[in-house]
Amino acid sequence: MTGTGTHDVLAAQAHGFLSPTGVEIVFLLVGVVTLGAAIVTVTTRQLVHAALWLVVALGGIAVEYLLLTAEFIAWVQVLIYVGSVVVLLLFGLMLTKAPIGRSPDADSANRPAALAVAVAAAAALVWVVADAFRTTWIDLRGAPQGTTKVSGEILFRHWVLPFEALSVLLLAALVGAIVLSRRTERENTERKNGAR
Amino acid sequence: MHLVYPAVLAVLLFCTGVYGVLARRNAILVLMSVELMLNAVNLNLVAFDVWLRDTLHAGQALTLFTIAIAAAEIGIGLAIVLQVHRNRGTADIDRLRDLREPDGAGPQQPADHDEKAEAAA
Repeated sequence: MTGTGTHDVLAAQAHGFLSPTGVEIVFLLVGVVTLGAAIVTVTTRQLVHAALWLVVALGGIAVEYLLLTAEFIAWVQVLIYVGSVVVLLLFGLMLTKAPIGRSPDADSANRPAALAVAVAAAAALVWVVADAFRTTWIDLRGAPQGTTKVSGEILFRHWVLPFEALSVLLLAALVGAIVLSRRTERENTERKNGAR
Repeated sequence: MHLVYPAVLAVLLFCTGVYGVLARRNAILVLMSVELMLNAVNLNLVAFDVWLRDTLHAGQALTLFTIAIAAAEIGIGLAIVLQVHRNRGTADIDRLRDLREPDGAGPQQPADHDEKAEAAA
């Protein structure tokens, strides 16, 4: 009796201030905002605005991770996606001299086909997924499953080898990006001759 | 929480990304849509990890790996797009048509084929 009472108190403390129904409502609202921002990202004609709406979509996904008690991944999402990937994309837009205002040719000619494919895929997948998981509930009570402590323990206890392999991959990507983007000696001389 | 909510949200985000990849013309906008698709997959991984209460937390570990690989991918992708823009003066995907098949004909033009055969003979 006392044991369950303590457990309930601990669970309530561990789960924060939202009731289970509250979590569902907030998840749905944030999901609607995320989906809306994603749709604006792929349909807007202003390229810089697309990158800024992508921030809203990715931030919304970070909040969804928090609601699913995956706290560490939420902060990693904020750091890497919102913090660096979007900045990289904005730099890319700047360096490719993207037009600042409205650009009429942001969408290519196969837009109706793309819309048909996306709507068909969405209908099929939503039908299958909703039918398959209609009686499944996630149990969010109890200790949070994605705290930094838990994530660090599993990452460095069970996933060390993939983690180190990933660091090699990141290093390779870094070197590759530098090699791709530095000018060769021949290009430099050509550029100088062209300037003269 | 009902498992359908995160699953359906991930499906819809993925299809939004598919639409963006197919419909956009600028290469950087295509990369943004790819990021949306990757995030949909990550949301699925986290939701199923929390649902299954995996002791190894494979879903969350895999999400971290996906995020790192996406960061590497966007770095390399932007380097390639910048290089293409420097060489061609455009980052529009449908203007990069060097590898397309010739217009108005099938995969192989019969006349061409004959000429090549004659040349080979």
